[in-house]
Amino acid sequence: MAEALQFFFSGLTVGAVYALVALGFTLIYNASDVINFAQGEFVMLGGMSTVFLAAAGVPVPLAALIAVILTAAIGLALHRFAIEPARGASAVALIMITIGASIFLRGAAQIVFDKRFHSLPPLLGSEPLRLGGAAVLPQSLVVLAGAAIIVVLLWQFIDRTLLGKAVIATAANRLAALLVGIDTRRIVGLSFAVSAAIGAVAGILVTPITLTSYDVGTLLALKAFAAAMLGGIGSALGAVVGGLLLGMLEAFSAGYLSSQYKDAVAFLVILIVLLAMPQGLLGRGKVERV
Amino acid sequence: MQTLTSHRLAGLAAIGLIAVLLPAFFPSAYYYRVGALVFIFALAAIGLNLLMGFAGQVSLGHAGFLGIGGYTVLIGPTYLGLPSWLCILGGAALSGAVAFLVGRPILRLKGHYLAVATLGFGVLVAIVLTNEAHWTGGPDGMSVPRLVLFDWRVRGSDTWYWIAAATFVVGAMLALNLIDSPTGRALRAIHGSEVASSVLGIDVARHKLAVFTVSAIYASIAGSYLALFNGHITPEISGFIRSIELVAMVVLGGMGSIAGSLVGAAVLVVLPQALTVLHDYEHVVLGLILMGFMIFLPQGIIPGVAGLLGGRRT
Repeated sequence: MAEALQFFFSGLTVGAVYALVALGFTLIYNASDVINFAQGEFVMLGGMSTVFLAAAGVPVPLAALIAVILTAAIGLALHRFAIEPARGASAVALIMITIGASIFLRGAAQIVFDKRFHSLPPLLGSEPLRLGGAAVLPQSLVVLAGAAIIVVLLWQFIDRTLLGKAVIATAANRLAALLVGIDTRRIVGLSFAVSAAIGAVAGILVTPITLTSYDVGTLLALKAFAAAMLGGIGSALGAVVGGLLLGMLEAFSAGYLSSQYKDAVAFLVILIVLLAMPQGLLGRGKVERV
Repeated sequence: MQTLTSHRLAGLAAIGLIAVLLPAFFPSAYYYRVGALVFIFALAAIGLNLLMGFAGQVSLGHAGFLGIGGYTVLIGPTYLGLPSWLCILGGAALSGAVAFLVGRPILRLKGHYLAVATLGFGVLVAIVLTNEAHWTGGPDGMSVPRLVLFDWRVRGSDTWYWIAAATFVVGAMLALNLIDSPTGRALRAIHGSEVASSVLGIDVARHKLAVFTVSAIYASIAGSYLALFNGHITPEISGFIRSIELVAMVVLGGMGSIAGSLVGAAVLVVLPQALTVLHDYEHVVLGLILMGFMIFLPQGIIPGVAGLLGGRRT
């Protein structure tokens, strides 16, 4: 039982990070129909910038803040200089642009930072807490709390503010949103910035546990994409559920079956779920108009 | 129709001519090597282009078939004593069979859901190849026995250049024939609208499965060549990055353009080689070039350039 609890907590922690990255996917997808494969690089940028700013003598909280703002600016730039000029291109072409961007950002990080692994000091010390027989790193709780706060804030923002309503309107129908006077270009830009910022926060929170380096983004983007699809693309709740579920699947199959085959188990389950529910767990079906 | 066919044959002849004349400008064996790689990847790209450009179905896991083809020419000769050339065919048959079995359920998925399902397939193949180390040599891979054809040991970059080029031309010819057949027209109809084409009496599931299988066979043969040519294979051959690279070749060159697949493969094989002189700046420049191409020629290089020249026919 203690063992299962242990796997549960580690799955929850990893899953929370997947959920945040998947949430970033969903935000951008809803606003612009773009699957942004550079999403993982936002996570890397958040972690790496914080590490290097802290190493340069900036206090960690300030470094984290600067890193988030910096990453959001890069998200904005990605939209302004790469996605916006290619408006009207096919979905695949847009995906290729984001893949190009991810190669570019990885290359740039390799030059600006370095190729080594880095860590950050955990926020609440590194003495494991004992919870029902399981040893839990305090930083895991920080990751979970951080993820929960971001989800709630984002939900409040979308649900309660005028700008949030504009995001919903843009996601629902861009032309109609434009007709009622919403500057959809700005909204899409905003989605890129917010989703970059979310990625950066995830990267900063998880760095003390998993470490970071210039190339952590690829695998994260792949996993989070799978998580978003598992939950049903376009559904924010689906992204969170999909992310947590994927983290759990990995943790439990690594613990009980085989750590080498944990990704295999995760993807097998995703395949089975998609075959039973072709729109993901919480996605809405689309009817093709002819 | 007649003019269209002869038009295409002229295009093929042009590609063949370029393949024959190009080596005259090769200063060293290294260029043969790069040339062979271009044709090998172009072969896989044509197959994927049939699936993506004509039938409109995405696959982010096609490197899985490269891996099946590649490891068949490792395992067959090494453990079972089979001749390599037979294993190329065996790998193609195996890939086709796997594609047929896997494709049946997952091709019901659409768009990004299909993308993630194929991605999962590719990841599964890579994980199996990495972990079944007693057969595959694990993450470090193994050396692949050389191809022997009737007591002739195939070696040397120049020999492989000719083999790859010849296979590419044959593959391109078959692909063009397929596109011009009723099946090809059905595929384009499916690309346009699945509902509309099924209303017209096209068996959508069967056609999608057929083209998925064909594209897997193309990738498998390319994978076998790659393993035999390099003389060494690692699970990286079926990794996610390779799958993305194949998709990038198709999209960069132009979806639905066979010549485009060759151009896309050429760009993505030659560029990284050329950019190694930039050392640390290699990836930055590669990323910028990739983005630049897709921003300014979103339809791909061949259709985009044809459009710019005003000669685009639809």
